[in-house]
Amino acid sequence: MESHEASHEGGHDHPSDRRYIQVAAILAIVTALEVGTYFVEMPGEVLIPMLMVMMVYKFFYVAAWFMHLRFDSPLFTKFFVTGLVLATIVYGIALTVFEFWHKG
Amino acid sequence: MADTAAVSHGHGTGTGLSDNKLLMWVFLGSECLLFGGLISTYLIYRSRFADGPAPGDIFDIPFTSVSSFVLLMSSLTMVLALSALQRGDIRNNRIWLLTTALLGSLFIGGQVYEFTTFVREGLGYTTSPFSSAFFTLTGFHGVHVSLGILMLMSLLISSLRGTLTKERSETVEIVGLYWHFVDVVWIFIFTVIYLVPSPTS
Repeated sequence: MESHEASHEGGHDHPSDRRYIQVAAILAIVTALEVGTYFVEMPGEVLIPMLMVMMVYKFFYVAAWFMHLRFDSPLFTKFFVTGLVLATIVYGIALTVFEFWHKG
Repeated sequence: MADTAAVSHGHGTGTGLSDNKLLMWVFLGSECLLFGGLISTYLIYRSRFADGPAPGDIFDIPFTSVSSFVLLMSSLTMVLALSALQRGDIRNNRIWLLTTALLGSLFIGGQVYEFTTFVREGLGYTTSPFSSAFFTLTGFHGVHVSLGILMLMSLLISSLRGTLTKERSETVEIVGLYWHFVDVVWIFIFTVIYLVPSPTS
């Protein structure tokens, strides 16, 4: 497999294969850290926010680099984020109705 | 054919963007609502395991971690397949497409093994509200992965027939968007369902 420098096409850069591999390595490390929390005793108040942060970090990394959102038109981001935000709001309300935050 | 290629890159469209790509992003936005509903339902019902196994008693985190890693690496191979086709490297495009499909199949194999193990240990689809919500969520995700594998094989067949060229790389990109989304959903599922401490019996 050859490593190619970023090329210009259609007005935006394509990352090189080396860059993609670097991103995948970072994602693998974060995944390992996530799994590592399973083997370490820590209070839920610390563990859950830590897992959420790592989860969101991985999500943004995949969306930005592998799905090319950081290189493409902002309109694509807007459509995707609209669905994401709408889902978060709607199901946040649903979970609140079912008193998940108190009982869950 | 030239007009199709021109339109596929956004020329002649109202937004200046590819309509096909825009449609995929809108679809993925709607998929957020689908999986949001399934994940929320699981969260509500995860404590309702009746007389059946509880999530904390039955999940095999090390095994699922390996599955997660496999799916994560399939996102890398998918983007390498696109990169190869964008520079006209047909051979490597085929290799990475096949590798992605194989990794996806490995993930599905892991899911099937996990499901059959759970059933053997007394967690069936109708055992409890927890089990129904779990199998529905992970089952839907598994179906999405399976459909993605079919799309990848379709691309591979097109490539072998000589119809998947550098000029049509957007097709691979659009399938790639679907594949990466499936991976992103699993990122959420793995963390929220498996890693966040679950109730035990």
